[in-house]
Amino acid sequence: MKRWASVIAVVAAALLLGGPAESLAKTEIHLWHAMGGQLGETVNELVKQFNQGQAEYEVKALNKGTYPEVLTGAIAAYRQKNPPHIVQVFDVGTQTMLLSGAIYPIFQLLKEQEIAVNWGDFIKPVTGYYSKDGNLFSMPFNSSSPILYYNKDAFKKAGLSPDKPPATWKEVGEASKKILAAGAAKCGFTTSWPSWTMLENTFPWHDQPFSTNQNGYTGLDTKLLINGEFGVKHIGQLAAWQKEGVYSYGGRMGQPDPKFINGDCAMLIQSSAVIGGFKRSLKFQWGTGQLPHWGAPYRKQNAVVGGATLWVMKGQKPADYKGVARFMKFIAEPHQQMWWHVTTGYLPITQTAIKNLEAGYHFKKNPEQATALGQLSARPTPNSLGHRLGNFVQIREAIESEMENIFAGKKTAKEGLDAAVAKGNEILKEFAAANKP
Amino acid sequence: MKRAVFKNRALPYLLVLPQLAVTLVFFFWPAFESLRLSFFRTSPFGFEKLLASPEYYQSIVNSFVFAFGVTALGVGLGLLVAALATQKVRGLAAYRTAVLWPYGIAPPIAGIIFLFIFHPSYGVLPYWLGFVSAYEFNWLLKGWVAMALVIIATAWTHVGYNIAFFLAGLLAIPTSVLEAASVDGAGGIRRFRSIVLPLLSPITFYLVVVNLIFSFFGSFGVIHAVTQGGPGNATEIMVFKVYKDGFIGLNLGSSAAQSVLLMLVVIVLTAIQFRFVEKKVTYS
Amino acid sequence: MSPDGTLAAPARVEALPRVIEAPRPTPFDWGAVAVHALLLACVAVIAFPLYYAFVISTQTIEEVIARPPILRPSDHMFQNYVEAWTRAHMARLLWNSAVVAVVSAVGKIAISMLSAFAVVYFDFRGKAVAFWMIFVTLMLPVEVRIMSTYEVIGNLGWLNSYAGLTVPLMASATATFLFRQFYLTVPNELVEAAQLDGVGPLRFLWSFLLPLSWANIAALFVVLFIYGWNQYLWPLMITNTEAMRVVVIGLQDLIPRTGTHIPEWNVMMAAAMMALLPPVAVILFMQRWFVKGLIESEK
Repeated sequence: MKRWASVIAVVAAALLLGGPAESLAKTEIHLWHAMGGQLGETVNELVKQFNQGQAEYEVKALNKGTYPEVLTGAIAAYRQKNPPHIVQVFDVGTQTMLLSGAIYPIFQLLKEQEIAVNWGDFIKPVTGYYSKDGNLFSMPFNSSSPILYYNKDAFKKAGLSPDKPPATWKEVGEASKKILAAGAAKCGFTTSWPSWTMLENTFPWHDQPFSTNQNGYTGLDTKLLINGEFGVKHIGQLAAWQKEGVYSYGGRMGQPDPKFINGDCAMLIQSSAVIGGFKRSLKFQWGTGQLPHWGAPYRKQNAVVGGATLWVMKGQKPADYKGVARFMKFIAEPHQQMWWHVTTGYLPITQTAIKNLEAGYHFKKNPEQATALGQLSARPTPNSLGHRLGNFVQIREAIESEMENIFAGKKTAKEGLDAAVAKGNEILKEFAAANKP
Repeated sequence: MKRAVFKNRALPYLLVLPQLAVTLVFFFWPAFESLRLSFFRTSPFGFEKLLASPEYYQSIVNSFVFAFGVTALGVGLGLLVAALATQKVRGLAAYRTAVLWPYGIAPPIAGIIFLFIFHPSYGVLPYWLGFVSAYEFNWLLKGWVAMALVIIATAWTHVGYNIAFFLAGLLAIPTSVLEAASVDGAGGIRRFRSIVLPLLSPITFYLVVVNLIFSFFGSFGVIHAVTQGGPGNATEIMVFKVYKDGFIGLNLGSSAAQSVLLMLVVIVLTAIQFRFVEKKVTYS
Repeated sequence: MSPDGTLAAPARVEALPRVIEAPRPTPFDWGAVAVHALLLACVAVIAFPLYYAFVISTQTIEEVIARPPILRPSDHMFQNYVEAWTRAHMARLLWNSAVVAVVSAVGKIAISMLSAFAVVYFDFRGKAVAFWMIFVTLMLPVEVRIMSTYEVIGNLGWLNSYAGLTVPLMASATATFLFRQFYLTVPNELVEAAQLDGVGPLRFLWSFLLPLSWANIAALFVVLFIYGWNQYLWPLMITNTEAMRVVVIGLQDLIPRTGTHIPEWNVMMAAAMMALLPPVAVILFMQRWFVKGLIESEK
């Protein structure tokens, strides 16, 4: 026993002192991201392509947990002067990053490293979300937009045209009722990422303001506007449909997807980025349509992008930034854009990449891939540029809690949205106070 | 009882030094930081605000429901097994082995397993429940169902530990005591209640405290994996709210204030446990 | 109730075989059959989640999502485990987890033995203060103090190191507490006799107390090993490279976080099986000392 104890002690000491071996041949560039599963492997593949294409830099990609965990981890690491070079932050973290003081704006990085990028080539709704004063602050990486997926088999069974997805909410309701009556599915439709699809996108899509200050772009004293007439009408209708079985609330994030995948629900509103996964796993005929619209008197505007961008962090060795800039340039190139789009279903974000894809009849062959881009083609108004709210993660959480209360029948749409606005405004006030200029 | 002691000036300090160093650096320093944050960084938003927020009270209520639920289920099931085991059937050790192992499963892993079992579309439990009742056990919308699920999942990870303790306690009761009781004609249930239960009560008390502490503070992984505090805020317990506000929401001030209040709960529970254990030591 | 009855004379080793020697039930003892049935039902309820997870880990994804659910193992086990093993770099993850679990357990046991020894066998100035400073830390989880602990680790330069992974886990008093309780039960005569023979304190600790403590050490080792193995948030925070990851985090790598891909539940469950096997094995191999050691310390 004694001998064992000493062996263990020696081994333990060796391990504690040893630490990981690191290769010093290439300059390492650390990239923290939130992509698990197959997506994580696609990121690794992309990074490998970059690493093999040049000899000076070695990008090391690391999954640091969920989106919020990556964001918090990066900020904590920055405070400890040990940040990654690049960090993937989701759309709702944009304001937090902008005001963190920890970032090196992408436009500035590429200018200072004298690497030319044609920013004009980037599509507007994407740059609009992540730009400040006309300059892009982070590199769009995985961008998507919510679209309608529908089960063609169920549509046929209910006597609906399998080539004509419902375009308006009224049609969604009617189609659902026919589907229920024909027993083609157990519910009409469900929605993934409820706040993102049903509010954060539905408001801009109808050119309605989500919050004051042009959705937070022009000031910090922002207040939510989702409890107005439009919000109450939309969420109220969903709540009524929930009771009838037309709509079936399926949880947050991607939790509702299985309801569509196994045929329980005939329609799903979810990010365009699941197309890749659906192509592999859906066992029935399916198609896509644009996010449903309420029609007149509301104008049809554009949806906003979701997903995440790559932020460059301050605090690294100056020499490393050359490599960071080259990696950024690399992922913006048409070839990588197209590969990334075709592999994952995320949107290509430069005109050149889109044109090249069109030239190869990609969208003709894969019409579902064009749906999301079509939603982003309109020139954004102040209501549809994007959202710039502090602590948006918490706000989204507050909104989704209240949506759950509404759909559970505990509150009316008005009561629930009022409560969400009250909570959200409180969070915004705290953020404004903590980030006084 | 006065214990014999060694006489040495420097040695005791050297002996407690490693532990004190670790405690100071990794407990008091961070705790002090939290305290500082909660008082100074967020002066307008600190404790008053927290104590005025209905969500915070909701999380306190949730914590108690959750902790008592887990404890009642875990210790209750443990007692049931203990009661059965007083029948002195063969193979108790084998049963102990068969129930002890869930204790080794990490809460996040238990969470993944239960997430699948409860999954609204794929899960085997909703599927079976569909036969039993027409009631829709939709834990994505119904708060009490979600709470019941996280309680079951958490109790599962701890039930084997409880049973192991009860069985060990039972094995320590002299057979003669049980036999004497049955000669007197005491029936099974009465015998259990009047003789076995009192003898097991120190273990029961210990397990109740341990289960409470565990579910108050150690149960983060299951809720993180399964419900994320929802639906609404129905399963948001205090520890999860500290994590959510501080780690996800980056609201360090409020999170720190909550940590401080949680520390108070810890101290109270520790004091209770201490009193109990100290009393036992003086008895023996 | 008499509190001296149970815990003061708990599971001695000789108490264990007593049950086995208990009068055998007669062949027609329906009561015993009923008890066995109930116990087996308990075992079944407790074992079901793990069994089901194992079943999933042997199926193809089509079988996983089939309705009605398929409750028997299929033939896809090998592929799933190989997939999980290679994709998550399981070997490295398991090694790191083992290092974290063993080092934190051994380290905590070592420092706790020493401090408990000081608290019980010495009178010294500031003893009460030291005592309370240690014990107040009894139960505060890392999750609650994670941000500030992270800053401390950063200041020490221990981010992404084994030291950072293990040492903060030693900052809890449970082990010290258990050793103290155990030392208090050691008869005074032993110390007095040792002192008469001129045995010094360190010698006493090494040659007298340590041999008596093996059951407690084994029990603590199980508890602490599991605690260390099962950490999630802390290793996630402070590890910055693939090479330093532990298995509970590596497992999360297989879960699609962004909600845009269909989870491969079968591969995830295969990885979960590999991640939970070591701590469960530790429990099963050491269960006898585990329960005995804990009960003795708790009195």
